[in-house]
Amino acid sequence: MNIKAPDAPNKSEQPLIAGNLTFHDVTEKISGVVESGTPRLWYALISITGLLSLMFFIMLGHLFFTGIGIWGLQIPVGWGFDITNFVFWVGIGHAGTLISAILFLLRQRWRTSINRFAEAMTIFAVICAGIFPAIHVGRPWLLFYVFPVPNQMSIWPNFRSPLLWDFFAVGTYFTCSLLFWYLGMVPDLATIRNRAKNRIKKIIYGIFALGWRGGNRQWRHYELAYLLLAGISTPLVLSVHSVVSTDFSVSILPGWHSTIFPPYFVAGAIFSGFAMVLTLAIIARKVFKLDNYITLNHLDKMNKIILVTGLMVSYSYVVEFFMAWYSGNLYERFTFWSRATGPYAWAFWIMFFCNVVVPQIFWSKRFRAHIAVMFVASILINVGMWFERYVIIVSSLSQDFLPSSWQYFKPTIYDIGMLIGSFGIFLTLFLLFVRFLPMVAMSEVKAVLPQANVHHQGPEAIELETGNVRG
Amino acid sequence: MAQIFPVWTNKIPVYIAAGTIILVLAIVGFFWYYGSPWYTDVGYRPAQPVRYSHKLHAGDLGIDCRYCHYDVEVSAVANIPPTQICMNCHKTIGTDNERLLPVRESWSSGVPIQWVRVHQLPDFAYFDHSAHLRAGVGCVSCHGNVANMEIVELKKPLSMGWCLDCHRNPDTQLRPRNEITNMNWTPPADQVQFARKVRSENNIAPPEDCSGCHR
Repeated sequence: MNIKAPDAPNKSEQPLIAGNLTFHDVTEKISGVVESGTPRLWYALISITGLLSLMFFIMLGHLFFTGIGIWGLQIPVGWGFDITNFVFWVGIGHAGTLISAILFLLRQRWRTSINRFAEAMTIFAVICAGIFPAIHVGRPWLLFYVFPVPNQMSIWPNFRSPLLWDFFAVGTYFTCSLLFWYLGMVPDLATIRNRAKNRIKKIIYGIFALGWRGGNRQWRHYELAYLLLAGISTPLVLSVHSVVSTDFSVSILPGWHSTIFPPYFVAGAIFSGFAMVLTLAIIARKVFKLDNYITLNHLDKMNKIILVTGLMVSYSYVVEFFMAWYSGNLYERFTFWSRATGPYAWAFWIMFFCNVVVPQIFWSKRFRAHIAVMFVASILINVGMWFERYVIIVSSLSQDFLPSSWQYFKPTIYDIGMLIGSFGIFLTLFLLFVRFLPMVAMSEVKAVLPQANVHHQGPEAIELETGNVRG
Repeated sequence: MAQIFPVWTNKIPVYIAAGTIILVLAIVGFFWYYGSPWYTDVGYRPAQPVRYSHKLHAGDLGIDCRYCHYDVEVSAVANIPPTQICMNCHKTIGTDNERLLPVRESWSSGVPIQWVRVHQLPDFAYFDHSAHLRAGVGCVSCHGNVANMEIVELKKPLSMGWCLDCHRNPDTQLRPRNEITNMNWTPPADQVQFARKVRSENNIAPPEDCSGCHR
């Protein structure tokens, strides 16, 4: 994206793209994934994820016919896996927006290799997230209550309710992310359209390329639009999960009613989101041999962000306990003490291990460059972040103010099935994405190649300068 | 590279944008009008087991509503009169009238007449006739001019929005308590002042919160 004026590359920094590639290499490599035949592995994978998605939709049908009683929900636990999954998936999305918007505005040129599929991940995660609040109401055909449309009941959305803010926050988030992702993809879609051999492909990619020809005026408009969308998306990185956190913090339940929630949730969202980007990046890098694009340098930087946000999350955990004690509020104290030692202690300690202990390994430079270690860590972190939401939601609800109504939440097969099914939907969408769309932003990657620099002296100059001989 | 699309396709985005706006407005408008009880419910006039005429009894003969629906001032429901009420008069009047045959059958067998309900609220809406009458809302406000109807017909939508219209602005619907059953009462010129006075005297504050009607 920094095509307009590529800053002189910092000599001390490693090259962003390894292998001394030419512009044509980039086009061939990335378009090649879309243009070549479908690998067997892809069919195998999408069969599995497709079946999981199908399971999700069958369970959804059962849910609509029977009601949310098929989940383990039972008063006082009115929110269980459904809202846990919602918060989890919305959180995942945040890394994509951070990479695409904030890192763009901060001129972090390393983002170009990972921004496309990180944004795709955002879209798919928000789709998964959006399903759960819609179905947890039990009667999804009444969902229009949240839309401000005229109706005979004179029912108007309650703008004082955080649940409504949530609806608008996530709606805005999805719209902006989709536009941002799509807009960034237009030049690449045009590349694929131009290279397409058969007419159907030409037409389909042609429609989505919106008549892009790559002229000077188009680039100017494109870059301005991209900049504006980055500007619009930037506050969303902070606002969306803040609003999600108000679903809890505006209520008066001990363990929820806390002012630390918005920053705590945002840090957690970016933490889990980067872990998910890392998981996907490692797989994509391996399967599609993108080592030159997603270098160890990229992974190192992502691990650093995971470490930083992990420390923020750890800090929040500590502060929550401190404030529970310091507030002098007996109920608050009880809730937190019960989290660590009560019936959900197992979940709490899984969360604590995965989110506080695991990221500490990234203090070590060696582990930041160790693929297997970071792959396992990234998965553990997402397990931990799922349990964080589970602990917050379920442990606070199950032990409410009236001890006689306390109840231990037991998930049913439908709770677990729909959690797994949502992963099926997410991965199915992701597989479709890597098969049919350019998963790395070709035009942006080209802009961070040394050749894009106006002072560039030709490929030999790089070889002389860096000793990095093209091979 | 050859052109893939002909020139007219340039207009498609504009059509899509315009079409989307029109479609959204059309869908909302469709449900707003055709989905509303003003369209779906008003005018409901089922055939009753007895060809009873409110116009004759309440209109021409001028029997007060409360002669038959005697519970209305003290109960949540305005009772459907039992056969005995009919027979108060019809023991001596119209004893050989064909139209009254089902009434006489009910009287002799003790099996109530199965009247068909016209004004039906959903079970989750708690409506109390006595409270509304005590506040000074006339029968006609919700039931229309029943004294003019041969067969009773639903005149108002009875939708939540319709209820709320009055709960938000009850001033036009309040009247002196002795005029409650009067179908032909017309509001005086100082209706609003009157309503305000009654409301402050009797502490009439129609609820607008959910639990007012959905308990």
